[in-house]
Order: sequence, then C-alpha cells, then structure tokens
Amino acid sequence: MNPVSTPAAPVVTHHSTGLQPGEGAPGTMREHHDHHELGFLRKYVFSVDHKIIGLQFLFSGLVFLVLGGLMAMAIRYQLAWPWKPMPGLSWMFPATGGAITPEFYTMLFTMHGTIMIFFVIIPLLTGAFGNFLIPLMIGAPDMAFPKLNMFGYWAMWPAFVLILMGFFVEGGHAAGGWTSYPPLSTIESAAPGSLSGQTYWLMSLTWVGVSSMMGAVNYVTTIVKMRAPGMTMMRMPLSVWGLMIAAFLQLFALPVLTAASIMQLLDRVIDTGFFTPTNLIVNNLTPDSFAHGMPAAAAGGQPLLWQHLFWFYSHPAVYILVVPAMGFTSDILAVHARKPIFGYKPMVYSMAAIAGLGFIVWGHHMFTSGMNPALGMSFMVATIMIALPSAIKVFNWLGTLWGGRIRLNSPMLFAIGFVSMFIIGGLSGIWMAATPVDIYIHDTYIVVAHFHYVVFAGSMFAIFSAIYHWYPKMFGRVMNETLGKIHFVGTFIFTNCTFYMMHQLGVAGLMRRTADPYAYDVYAHLQPLNEFITLSAFCMFAWQIFFVVNFFHSLFWGARVGRNPWEANSLEWDAPSPPGHGNFDSPLLVHRGPYEYSTPEVAEDYLPQTRAV
Amino acid sequence: MRLIAFLLLIAVPILGVYTFMTAAEHNWWFPPAYSTFAPDIDWLFNFIMYMVAFTFIVTEVALAWFVFKYSAKRHDKGVFTHGSHKLEMIWTAIPAVALLVIAFTQMETFANIKFASGFPTQGRFTREKPIAQVWASQFDWRVRYPGDDGVLGTVDDLEAAYEFVVPVNEDVVFELRSRDVIHSWFVPEFRLKQDALPGHTIPVWFNATKEGSYDLVCAELCGWGHYKMSGRVRVVSAQEFEAYQADLKAKWFSNGKE
Ligand code: HEM
Ligand SMILES: [Cu+2]
Ligand SMILES: [Cu+2]
Repeated sequence: MNPVSTPAAPVVTHHSTGLQPGEGAPGTMREHHDHHELGFLRKYVFSVDHKIIGLQFLFSGLVFLVLGGLMAMAIRYQLAWPWKPMPGLSWMFPATGGAITPEFYTMLFTMHGTIMIFFVIIPLLTGAFGNFLIPLMIGAPDMAFPKLNMFGYWAMWPAFVLILMGFFVEGGHAAGGWTSYPPLSTIESAAPGSLSGQTYWLMSLTWVGVSSMMGAVNYVTTIVKMRAPGMTMMRMPLSVWGLMIAAFLQLFALPVLTAASIMQLLDRVIDTGFFTPTNLIVNNLTPDSFAHGMPAAAAGGQPLLWQHLFWFYSHPAVYILVVPAMGFTSDILAVHARKPIFGYKPMVYSMAAIAGLGFIVWGHHMFTSGMNPALGMSFMVATIMIALPSAIKVFNWLGTLWGGRIRLNSPMLFAIGFVSMFIIGGLSGIWMAATPVDIYIHDTYIVVAHFHYVVFAGSMFAIFSAIYHWYPKMFGRVMNETLGKIHFVGTFIFTNCTFYMMHQLGVAGLMRRTADPYAYDVYAHLQPLNEFITLSAFCMFAWQIFFVVNFFHSLFWGARVGRNPWEANSLEWDAPSPPGHGNFDSPLLVHRGPYEYSTPEVAEDYLPQTRAV
Repeated sequence: MRLIAFLLLIAVPILGVYTFMTAAEHNWWFPPAYSTFAPDIDWLFNFIMYMVAFTFIVTEVALAWFVFKYSAKRHDKGVFTHGSHKLEMIWTAIPAVALLVIAFTQMETFANIKFASGFPTQGRFTREKPIAQVWASQFDWRVRYPGDDGVLGTVDDLEAAYEFVVPVNEDVVFELRSRDVIHSWFVPEFRLKQDALPGHTIPVWFNATKEGSYDLVCAELCGWGHYKMSGRVRVVSAQEFEAYQADLKAKWFSNGKE
C-alpha cells in the first residue's frame, strides 16, 4: 500500500516528536525505530500505526453505516405503508409475508439509533479521523501510546460481536430506544427485546466505552505532549482542537454512562433495582412472580435516575458527534476558500464553550419527564445559551468564505453543505430548549428533524467532506471529482426533502417511535407527507452508490497525487501521500499557524506551517 | 458547478420559508388549540419561529451569495484577514441578548403549566381534590374518579377505561400514574404532555375550552404496543359531566382496590 515510504532516520523522528531530550512521553513505543519489514498481520491487522488504525475505524464505521442505513429504510417503509409486506423480504419475515411486526419496528429504531451514534458517527469522527489526523497535524510520528491505540480498536470488536449477536437471541435485540429508559429496558417481561437483547446491548456499549476511553486518553496525551517544535496550542488546526475537546468530553462524561450501564445490567441480571420502583405490575406479572429486573421486595429505585445519568453522558455525546465535525469543516473551508479562518480564537473558545456548557444542559431531554419543573427552568436557560457559541461559529464560517477564492470541489461542497444544514439544526434546537414549547414538541418529529439535521446533514456531511479531503493523504490518490459532485447534489437535495418536512410532521404533533400513527384521528392526514419523506429517503440511500463506487474505484484507479494536492498549509501535507511509518521524512519546525492563505508574504496563495520565509 | 451550488443553497431559505408559510394550508400545522394555555404555547412557538426565521434567512442567503460571488474564476488572491474583533463583539452580543429575551419570555407560561404555583386553587378540582386518577399501563389508559365522597381510594371510586371525561371551561387537575413502565399523557389539541412515571404520582392540570372528543396519545416509548396505546379525552358540559358520573356509577362500581 505504501511504496514511497522511506523509513525515518532516528534523528528526524526525535525532532518531530517535539519532546525535549529525556522527556519521552511515558509508555511511548518508538516502533518506527524498527527498520525490518512487518508481516501482513502486524502491518494491517494488529497494527500499532495510527494511520492503519484510523483506516480500520473508517472501514468498520462505513460497514455499520450501511447496516444502520438499511434499518432506516425499513423504518421509513413502515411509516409510509404500515404493515404492508416489504417487496422481496418475505424470507426474513415468513410469518407476516414480509411485513414488519410491531416488535420488530421497535427493535429497528432502537438499533438504528444505537448503531448510527455508537458504531458510525463517533468511531468515524474520533476513531477514524482522530487517529489519522492528530499525529499528522501536530507533527508527531505516531500516537503517544500506540499499543493502547491498537487495543482501542480491538476493544471495538467485542462490541461489534455483541451488538450483532443481539439480533439473534430470543426475543430479538434491544427494543427500548437508544435511550433505554427503565423499567421498559430492565424488566424482562416488559418488551421482547428486554428479554436478553438489552443485555447484549449494554455489554456492547460498555466495550464501545472502553474503546472511546482508550482513544480519548491517547488523543489528549498526544496533543499535549507530542507537538512538533514550534507547534504551540494556538497554532493547531481547528480539527485538532475539535478532536481534543471531544476527547475531554469523553473523558469526563463516559465514566457516568459506564457506571449507569453497569447499574442497569445489575438491575437486569441480579435484580438490584436501582432504577425500578416498588410494586410494578408488568404484563400481569406482579413482583412476586419471578421475572428478572423486577425485585420482589421493595426496590425503591428511580427510573428518573437513569435518565439523569444517561443524558449526563449523552448530551455531551451529541457534542462529541459534532465538535470534531466543526473542526474538519473549519479546516476544509479555509483550505478551499484560500482564506485564513475568520476569528481563530473565537472559534476555539466557542468550541470549548459548547463543550463546557454541554455538561449543564442534559435536563433539556427531561422537561416533561416528571423531574422538578424548577430544574427545567435552569436547564432551559443554559440550553438556549448554548446556541450562542454555535451561532458564533456560523458567523465565523461565513466570514471565512467572505472574500475568498473558493474552489468548489467535492470536499468544499460538503463542507458548505455542513454549514447550511447545521444552521437549520442549531436553530430548531431553540424551539425545543424553550420549556413550554417543548411540552408540546418533545418526542415529536421536530426532535427527529433536529437531530438528523445536526447529525446526518451536519456530522455525516462533514465526514463525507473529510473523506474527500483527506483521501489523497490516506491512499495517495484523489477521488473522482465528477462523481463527488453528483454525490453532493443528490445527497443535498434528498437530505432536505427527507428531513425538512419532518418539522411539519412535528408541528402537527406527530409522535416519534410510533409504528402506525394513522390509527389516531389527529395523525391520519399525515400519511401522504410520510410517503413523500420515505421516497426521498430511498432516493438518498440509493444515491450513495455514487460515493461507494467512487471510493473503491479511486482506491485502485484514482489519479495519483503528490504530497500537497490541495495546496494546503497544515503539517499533514508535508508528509508523503500516504505517509510511511513514522510519518515525516524530514525534520519539522513550525513557524506559524495553519491558515496563512492568500498571504501577501509570498507569491503563492498559501504558506505551509513549516516553510521559513 | 458554481451556479448549481448557488441554486441549491439559495433554495434552502426560499423553500424552507415557503414550506412553513404554506404548511397551514396543507394541514401540516398545529392542530386546533383547545386549552387555555395552548394559544400561549403557539404564540411562543411563533415568536421563536420569527426570531429564528430572521437568522435563518440572513445566514443562508449570505452563505449562498458568498459561495456564488467568491467562487468566480479569478487570478488574484483572496482577502487576507484573520478576523475582526469588532464584528465578533457584535455577533456575540446581539444573539446573546436575543437568546436571553427568548429564554425569559418562556418562563411565565412554563411556570403556569408545570409549577405547583400555577395549579388552580379556586375551583372544584385542585391538587388536593383531583378530578380523577389516570393510570397508564401497557397498552391502555384507565381513569378512576373519586365518586360521591370526592376522595380517591375509597369504596365508591368509579373506574372507566379508554375514555377520560372532563367538563369544559373548568380547571381540571388529575393525578397521573403508571402501573408498569414509563408512558406519557399527550393530547395534541391541549398542547399538554406529561410522562407517567412508575412509582410517582404526578399532578397535571388543564382547562379545555371546547367540547369534543380528542385523541389521547401515549408519547413515550412503552413497548411493542406503544403505537396503539390510544385513549380519548371527551370534553363535555358541566351537566353532561354529572350525568356521565351518574351513569358510570350505575354501570361500574369498583371496590376501591387497584
Ligand atoms: C444549538 C444548539 C442545540 C440546542 C439548543 C439543542 C437542543 C436540544 C433539545 C432541547 C433537545 C431535546 C428535545 C426533546 O427531546 O424534546 C435536543 C435533542 C437532541 N439533540 Fe440537540 N440541540 C443543539 C444542538 C445539537 C447538536 C449539535 C447535536 C448533535 C450533533 C444535537 C443532537 C441532538 C439529539 C441526538 C437529540 C435527540 C435525543 C433523543 O431524544 O433521542 N443537538 N436538542
Ligand atoms: Cu441534549
Ligand atoms: Cu404507553
């Protein structure tokens, strides 16, 4: 895969770690000092090279993206034509001739959400791009802890296996929503998926957590300790800032989720009753009849406790889903607009503010939950104020484009798409943050529209953009521009057709997670709109073929490019494409920030961070 | 590509605003508002919508315009600037004020609906004397009225399934409970939603302003049958309400056990 790599000379590597002599980061494995060729297994499977690990995350993330996408299509099918057999799928559901059952529907949206968040977006942003970009962008030969990095990826495999096994257990996979509110999720007889699927779900997520934790420790350590000489914090590309802030979010929030998951697991298997109140009667089973998850004696548990713990993680987690994407977008906009980032410092501070405020807003998911309404009031103010740093970022992106010399290529189009879509998602957040309005729109399709605008049209667009942008660095070839543009145009149109209309459904009061809403009089007239949304979603899914073909075709037949095809400034473009083991083949000295585009200092319209003038 | 990108980006605010403007015609808009606070919630929604629409249009149009204008083929360099302190101050301060205004306008309505202080104290039904206890369970709704003595949990309690009957134009307080998992009591026409939390008794109040029968929707995922956990809230005149109670008493005499 890497014919051009030259083994880094030890002296070079020493410089590029940015470490003072004798100040080696603890546990740093200088694997690149080994000059012998590694076997296939060591090189591509049990690799400690951050670039290979990044690609591993990338490929597994994309595979799960397809799986999660297929589930979304089934969900959409059901919402447009409830209980109608799905053409060609009668083998999957012999009992119904191919129609989705209500049990299956609840499982579908539960696993769609779970997979997209924990197996696609987080691993792609932090696992794939975090790994690939951090050392390259700060001028380090590898991560601070390469072995830990490898374990970080391999900890995903128990998660993969468990999450897939869950589909085949009795009762099917977890079906309590990606939020898994007890007692629905803890009492075996409350839902088919709570029989044993939920246990697999919890175990799998715990492994994802282990993986994220290892990654986060590594990213922060690497960024703090291994920057190349001259690479001050305020000279780091915003991608690195985004990834570091996301890593901090993981470090502080994840332990809470892990603890909560283990509590829920204990509730399920040894009836601890942390989240189960006394005297429930589920499925005509009283506490005295034996059923796991239902403690016989007074349990005294609190269902709301789970919600607090869950959202204490999962609200910061939604920013883990977007802050790195904001970083990538900023970098890509600057490169292809040939303009310095407008307001670099405000950009950094606003990301940090989003992350900080992100820890005190979790209650906005619980305005109608029965939590003390006075708490709701303070969560509302904090949540509404979190729109401020988001707005600042949007204005600065606009400022970055202003006066630029924009090159409208595929990465740039998706980055611009991110900005356009993030505006919508950010603004709809304000409605839901407003407590009285949220009494009405909570758990309606407005929420669904909101988070698909920020996570799909936002983060996923940023991931597409990042793939187009860093593909040349990953594989030494560039993706096809025509196909990329076709991919963008269709994706942009169908994304909006799909998700924009969901606002309308939400205003009409349509509930999410409802398999057949048309049984209600209030919702019966919404079916035609849902059919339109479903057709748009199908088109959008099908349209991704342009991306898949482009991705694999370019892997073998894409035009070969040199080190710096985009004429960009940041350090990764100093390394060969693709970079060899140890990344850089000449000593690095950083002279300036990464955004000196169109500078009058030199004749060209860019000035790499390493070039002395 | 330049023109296509421009058209795509400018279509977002145009079609976006157009969709919202014509949504009511297509019946993709609020169901009628039939509780005393429903108009307040709609007003707040619209208030935020106008503030948001302004930002939406300005930013999306600017984005489309910048992309169009600055992607023209040129051979000179772009504007070399790292930002402007003044602009940052402006676009921090103005949205901050706007957001605070939004936040503070919400408070009264929310307090009125959910705070203990907002609950009716004058009429027939109060927190101490609720009209009924509404029980949610997989996958149905049950209502228990206190009967003649006006006290819940006594032998003369009356039970009804599926339908919750309340008098019109009168403050109504009920207790919401769940027998198994979390459910949520939602009547779109009243703009009122409250989760039913197992192990807790949650007081809820509203004042329905129009007679009729409305869908009662379960709004919190509660299992495979969540989609069909429907009920009805029937709003009737005060006389009809008395008649209904009498009728219920004749038909159903519960023994006060759960
Ligand atoms: C401008 C900033 C934002 C504000 C004010 C905001 C506000 C909210 C509120 C109040 C809710 C709860 C709505 C409800 O359940 O009734 C919500 C839900 C959600 N938000 Fe945001 N949000 C913002 C940005 C984001 C971003 C950037 C992301 C992710 C990238 C995100 C992802 C989500 C998700 C996934 C949910 C739904 C969770 C669920 O119930 O399944 N939000 N948001
Ligand atoms: Cu949140
Ligand atoms: Cu329910």
